[in-house]
Amino acid sequence: MTASLIIFFVLAALAVGGALSLIFQKHPIHSALSLIVVMVALAGLYLLLGAEFVAAVQIIVYGGAIMVLFVFVIMLLNAGIEEHTNFSKLAGFPGLLLAFALTGFIAATIARSTDTVQAAAQPGNMASTKDLSTMIFKDFVYPFELTSFLILVAVLGAIVLAQREKA
Amino acid sequence: MNAFLSPYAWLIITVVKVLLLLFIVLTVNAYLTWFERKVVAHIQSRWGPHRVGPHGLLQPMADGLKFLFKEDPTPAGVDRFVYFLAPLLALALALTSIAIIPFGPDPLPWKILGQTIYLGILPPNVNIGILALFAITALGVYGVALAGWSSNSKYPLLGGLRSSAQMISYELALTLSVVGVLLIAGSFNLTEIINDQTSRYGILGWNIFPQFLGFICFFIAAVAETNRVPFDLPEAESELVAGFHTEYASFKFAMFFIAEYTSMITVSCLCAILFFGGWLSPFPATWTWTYYLPTVLLLPAGLWVIWDGLRYETIFGKVILPGIGAVMCILAIALVIFPGVNNYIQAPFWLLSKIFVFLFVYVWMRGTLPRLRYDQLMAFGWKMLLPVSIANVVITSFAILRWGAIK
Amino acid sequence: MIPTNYYIVLSAILFGLGVLAFIFKRNIISIFMSIELMLNAVNLAFVAFSQAMHKLDGQVFVLFVIVVAAAEAAVGLAIIILTARNRQSLNVERVDLLKL
Repeated sequence: MTASLIIFFVLAALAVGGALSLIFQKHPIHSALSLIVVMVALAGLYLLLGAEFVAAVQIIVYGGAIMVLFVFVIMLLNAGIEEHTNFSKLAGFPGLLLAFALTGFIAATIARSTDTVQAAAQPGNMASTKDLSTMIFKDFVYPFELTSFLILVAVLGAIVLAQREKA
Repeated sequence: MNAFLSPYAWLIITVVKVLLLLFIVLTVNAYLTWFERKVVAHIQSRWGPHRVGPHGLLQPMADGLKFLFKEDPTPAGVDRFVYFLAPLLALALALTSIAIIPFGPDPLPWKILGQTIYLGILPPNVNIGILALFAITALGVYGVALAGWSSNSKYPLLGGLRSSAQMISYELALTLSVVGVLLIAGSFNLTEIINDQTSRYGILGWNIFPQFLGFICFFIAAVAETNRVPFDLPEAESELVAGFHTEYASFKFAMFFIAEYTSMITVSCLCAILFFGGWLSPFPATWTWTYYLPTVLLLPAGLWVIWDGLRYETIFGKVILPGIGAVMCILAIALVIFPGVNNYIQAPFWLLSKIFVFLFVYVWMRGTLPRLRYDQLMAFGWKMLLPVSIANVVITSFAILRWGAIK
Repeated sequence: MIPTNYYIVLSAILFGLGVLAFIFKRNIISIFMSIELMLNAVNLAFVAFSQAMHKLDGQVFVLFVIVVAAAEAAVGLAIIILTARNRQSLNVERVDLLKL
């Protein structure tokens, strides 16, 4: 029971707890807060995996920008508690079972498939930001420029869509 | 005892360091409020707090007691979980950001329980120092936004939304203005950024000279991030009652207050580390006579405090102030007699002096500048500061390409 | 050290919980958040494999996924704001006819 295994289980429990809380909370702002907890837990897991730059980017972009956008929209639209709906409970149970089956199937398939996955318990080294940036700007420079264009399109689209009607 | 404790030595040492740093930061916060009230008062030609203790030095204690004993009402209709979470989040994030700052280059000259003790909580080989600080700043928006929303009232909601929109806008300029420094230093590690600013001529190696534009952008964006004058419209009294912390009473308001002052301290630390050489002395390293500067400053200050205390009106002042002055004089003389201690005290002394200068600039701006209107604020952030930061990055990149590393 | 299949199982569990949230929630913003949860689960799998094979491609791809998720969140939330303005409701069961 090494220290990193304990940290892994704590962070994993936090992530799964946050996801469960996302499902079971009635108010969307509480779901948003649970999702922020999941993202911070995942950033911790990335640090445990040695991906320090990805962990920092996860918190800065996902936790500090995207989720803030969600929280703003929930506040602006004054989203309230979810209404009671009349979906049939009879159909709900098979759906739940099938979702669990899907999860189990994916987990079992991947976890049993390759030898790399089973045997990769070597100590990881921290991926340096320098190597990552060299790879982005040398091998992946074309997707990088495309994503910058994508963001430009998204910003323009969001501004045009959310404008007030010029009455 | 040693054999029992040594597997957990790093944990115990870190916990002790965290508690010590927490105590120091909270005390500095308290006396920063005293300092601010005194300086703003003297700018406005009045005295400031001068009744509670000699020269008002016990005013922070009185304020702290007031916060503890005041009634703490919870308004009706608030979302209880989020209402209690918001100040906790703000305070926790602000205090966490102090853990990343290194306060000195060398570890302590002796080992405790077999561990070398570095000045600073995070070890100096963490490679993402400044990115972690930006991550914590990015999460700080939630404290404000959630506080405004959960108060179930229109002024806090508007104040919270405005303040968080302001913080997000200026966060972009903040991170971009630091990119110039990162290009020069080649690393995110704060210790390496400081070591990169060493030079034979002392002050000429600091990053302020190649990156003057970056420093201006960083400082303005940081003032906006911490919601201070001239960007404090969301919490100004004449505008929105008190903005996002209207409905928060004694202790929870104190938590927001401490969070704001702690983020001021963090920003001052960052300015000093990134642009002004951190713990490096402005004099060249060959001028070893400058090592006696702390003594030269402490001794007259101690003597002046003793003299001022002896002619103070109240008996309490006549006892306490000369006591403090005597301690300062003894410290100054000890620094001369034990030269090893003097060599060691240089780095933290310079870093703390620079932090003090930046805190003074913050308080000075509070006393003199009017505040910006909200649309002026947002226009300034997006249309002026962001393009200037990007221009700084482009110019720095071209300069590095043309002249190699800037040295 | 931690074997990689622990991370994969965790990623699958998070993905399954995201699917559950997508199916059972009625607020459009909660559904959108479940999509972000699914994307995060996939990111975890990418980084875990990147560490297992000692290549950095997984982490580069995670950065691109985060960027695309940001763009998608911006446009998606703009559309949600428009829909909420037109129908005065955030319940997906009310948005089932083309006519308002």
